[in-house]
Amino acid sequence: MTIDTSIVEEGEELARPSQAPATGAVPAAPRRSSRGPRKFLFLRNSKAIAGMVILAFFFLIAIIGPWIAPYDPSARSDDILQPPSWEHWFGTTHLGQDVFSQILVGTRGVIVVGFVAGIVATTIGVIVGVIAGYVGGLGDETLSVLANVFLVIPQLPLIILIAGQLPTVGGVTVALVIAITGWAWGARVLRAQTLSLRRRDFVEAARANGERTWRIITAEILPNLTAIIAAGFVGTVAFAVLSLITLSFIGIGNTGEWNWGTVLYQAQSQLALQRGAWWWFVPAGLCIALLGMSLTLINFGIDEFVNPRLRSTGLNAKSLRQRGIRPRIGFTPVVYEAKEDRA
Amino acid sequence: MSITSPLGHPQAQPQPQPQQLTPVSDPVLEIKNLSVDYGYDGDPVHVLRQVSLTLGRGEVLGLAGESGCGKSTLAYAATRLLPPPGLITGGEVLFTDRDGRQTDILRLNDAQLRASRWQDLAIVFQGAMNSLNPVFRIGRQIADGIRAHRPEVSQKEALERSAELLELVGISPDRLRSYPHQLSGGMRQRVMIAMALALDPQVLIMDEPTTALDVVMQRQIVEQIADLRERLGFSVIFITHDVSLLIEIADRIAIMYAGEIVEDAAALDVYQRPRHPYSSALLHSFPPLRGPRRELTGIPGSPPDLSKLGGGCPFRDRCAFAFDACSKVNPELVHPNVVGDDPRRSVACLRHDPAAVRAVGEEPLPVPPELSLR
Amino acid sequence: MRFFLRRFMFYVITFWAAVTINFIIPRLLPGDPVSALIAKNQGRISPDATEALRALFGLDENVSIWQQYLDYWNLILHGELGISFTYFPTPVTEVIQQALPWTIGLVGIATIISFTIGTLIGTGIGWRRGTWADSLLPISTFFSSVPYFWLALIAISLFSVTLGWFPASGSYDRSLVPTWSWEFIGSVIYYGFLPAMTIVISSIAGWILGMRNMMVTVSSEDYVTVAQAKGLSERAVMFGYAARNAVLPQVSSFALSLGFIVGGTLVMEIVFSYQGIGYFLFTAVAAKDYPLMQGIFLVITLAVLFANIVADFVYGVLDPRTRQEG
Repeated sequence: MTIDTSIVEEGEELARPSQAPATGAVPAAPRRSSRGPRKFLFLRNSKAIAGMVILAFFFLIAIIGPWIAPYDPSARSDDILQPPSWEHWFGTTHLGQDVFSQILVGTRGVIVVGFVAGIVATTIGVIVGVIAGYVGGLGDETLSVLANVFLVIPQLPLIILIAGQLPTVGGVTVALVIAITGWAWGARVLRAQTLSLRRRDFVEAARANGERTWRIITAEILPNLTAIIAAGFVGTVAFAVLSLITLSFIGIGNTGEWNWGTVLYQAQSQLALQRGAWWWFVPAGLCIALLGMSLTLINFGIDEFVNPRLRSTGLNAKSLRQRGIRPRIGFTPVVYEAKEDRA
Repeated sequence: MSITSPLGHPQAQPQPQPQQLTPVSDPVLEIKNLSVDYGYDGDPVHVLRQVSLTLGRGEVLGLAGESGCGKSTLAYAATRLLPPPGLITGGEVLFTDRDGRQTDILRLNDAQLRASRWQDLAIVFQGAMNSLNPVFRIGRQIADGIRAHRPEVSQKEALERSAELLELVGISPDRLRSYPHQLSGGMRQRVMIAMALALDPQVLIMDEPTTALDVVMQRQIVEQIADLRERLGFSVIFITHDVSLLIEIADRIAIMYAGEIVEDAAALDVYQRPRHPYSSALLHSFPPLRGPRRELTGIPGSPPDLSKLGGGCPFRDRCAFAFDACSKVNPELVHPNVVGDDPRRSVACLRHDPAAVRAVGEEPLPVPPELSLR
Repeated sequence: MRFFLRRFMFYVITFWAAVTINFIIPRLLPGDPVSALIAKNQGRISPDATEALRALFGLDENVSIWQQYLDYWNLILHGELGISFTYFPTPVTEVIQQALPWTIGLVGIATIISFTIGTLIGTGIGWRRGTWADSLLPISTFFSSVPYFWLALIAISLFSVTLGWFPASGSYDRSLVPTWSWEFIGSVIYYGFLPAMTIVISSIAGWILGMRNMMVTVSSEDYVTVAQAKGLSERAVMFGYAARNAVLPQVSSFALSLGFIVGGTLVMEIVFSYQGIGYFLFTAVAAKDYPLMQGIFLVITLAVLFANIVADFVYGVLDPRTRQEG
């Protein structure tokens, strides 16, 4: 339908490379989304901003966590299984270790593994996806099947299988194993998008002009995939964090490095549940949820940026209700508030 | 709407021509002062501003204009099918039934509107590619419309009726069991027409029904519509950007520009004696289907951004006949300032409306010869 | 039919890939833990079993890698996965046979419930955008960000330890003899309720969000407007036109994300000590029982592949475009 303006916007926005999320301050631009500088649109999305703020907070903790931790996370003390108090904000373990310090120190491991895995997996995904989508033909078939195979094979058991047979499992090893098993989703999405970009006029024109393939890919295609690559990256980081924590929780890769998963592992194996020591496992879980939510929120922002139809109508439901407007398909709301003059 | 209406120019001076715009006799659909906004927030775009249009019973009314002028929006708003964030902010859409009963479509509740749809007024949508549900057979899609309004009809009867309808538009009835993806573009468009005729509606709105088709197919479909109209006697609003096509099929043509109707006249009058500079320019940007060849000229510039319209005539920046008054007052539909014109035609141009020009303290200019052809 | 043929080829390739991964991993990774285990159990393992383990883990240096690969396939196709060290000397296949029904029952049923309810809720939220229903979104976002097993921990501490409504571990009352008696079935349902609910709650958010987004996208398709223009009932438009089309990508994403979900739910079994595949995988990892680990991975992959075939079949039934050429 020509009158659906969002479709037009969608095309325009896909053709326009998105500004990298970290460009800086949010401009005091007008709230209207259809006008004003569109490159800052992503940063005006409140969900994305909330997500970035939370993520920045965890980044900060990852850097300074070990310095500001009040105790050595492994140091035992006589305060055994203490509930939260002023001395121990998140209580203590069965050995008198400070849970708060464990969480602070453990943040770094989570963030490092998440981002290393995210970067590696995204790189593999971009290479496979873009090549498959651009080259087409047999190369595409082969790479697509490869990606789909990795999608269908259950990742977590595969990670457990590999990590479980490694003699020593450090953080970076876990990150690499996660990356090797987790790149397929991004590759699949990128392949589809590259395929549709390849048929667009500006790419066809560049090909007709005899531009070299790598130049077309780097100058014409990749910039237009920025948003999708970013979304894939964020998704992979979330997946990597969950995988790492799950691995640690079932006892793989506990080589003295603290992370939120090892905290939960100890809580589970030392029967924190049965002892009623809720402070032992609740904080770590909430941190995971908070980090995961921040990543999901960022991805919502990217999704809504790429597909404007998903944007909630961008206004508060209350004012709509006051005016008697219920936005829906097939029944255009009618309000009698038009001004009488034509101009 | 009358030119002596106090709204636009209270100091209207007497005119040499007949002052009343003669109304269309026996109207079936009257759109009055319809206004539509896009956007629910404090800063919406006014895509339709006080548009009025009347469709006579049995008439084919063509609605033409560049893309983005609001012609589709008018059709969707009049049927309340405009998707979010479309918002109807005022006006009336009066439907007159065969027995003379009048209803305002904009004031119907959901159940009444559902009952009225397809029965009174059906739509053939632009782009038949996406108008059919890809997962249902077309027979089912025609039949469900029938059964929704006539619950007493059995599925079997509804399918028999669907087969008749397909034959009516020249498709073999064994296509009932086809899925949309098995049909060509032209066939899908015919299926849409058959579907729209299912309940013998009194008004058929066709939104660019032929745009996606090749020229041969366009012709066939247009002829088919004309033929069906002869036999079934419904009224048609035919929306297209292709004016020359309208001259083939329409009795009357309304030209839209920037969310307003700028000229409304009999098809032949628009074609041979355009009174609005935009109509004239639009005619000169399409090759005529038959008749003498004439020079093709485009229209300079592009349609205005509807969100940035100030006062004044929205066409003035692209108009060869614009003068000072055009930036001060937005013209209303009046009878053309040409002696001997059909009393039913109207045009929104200050060259034809000296009274409005004087009202803002400007000196009127005469109608240029290009806009007063006889 | 080309659609199904292509899919079939894909499953064959995936199965081949899974077996090959299983073959490669122990040969690629450093160390030789299985020899050590065999040596430790010297004299207790039958020569046949030793033979099989040597072939499965590539312990014979003098056999060419190609011959090893052929031998490996031969064993796999005969259902020979070696013997478990933890449950010595039970063959791996027997251990898996005991565990698999529990997992399929728990994870399978819970996943189907979650998919169905999530899709229905997503349909409603996507259709009624801009109403109170939108406020369900942040809640479901939270649940989709939490690791499944942590939710399980919370559920146990709340409903088992604190309230005492449900048992904290196990899959049935140990005092009962497993038979097809009502008492036993009731006990299974009672024990399975909490883990199942946890799986549903933690995985439902993804289905809600996916379906909601597809509904929003499909709602702006022309055929939905046509359906409204025809004056069909709200129900007919919402389910027959919008949801009927929105569910197609939902089904394909079900197939694709199944591997991920199954992985997450297996950990749930660990927390609940539920005697399914996941629990055995956990004990195998803890005890370094490599044959069992490999066997379980293979079986999980097979199960996911099978579920994918079912999802593909459902998709083919739902979408006529895959059935006919055109």
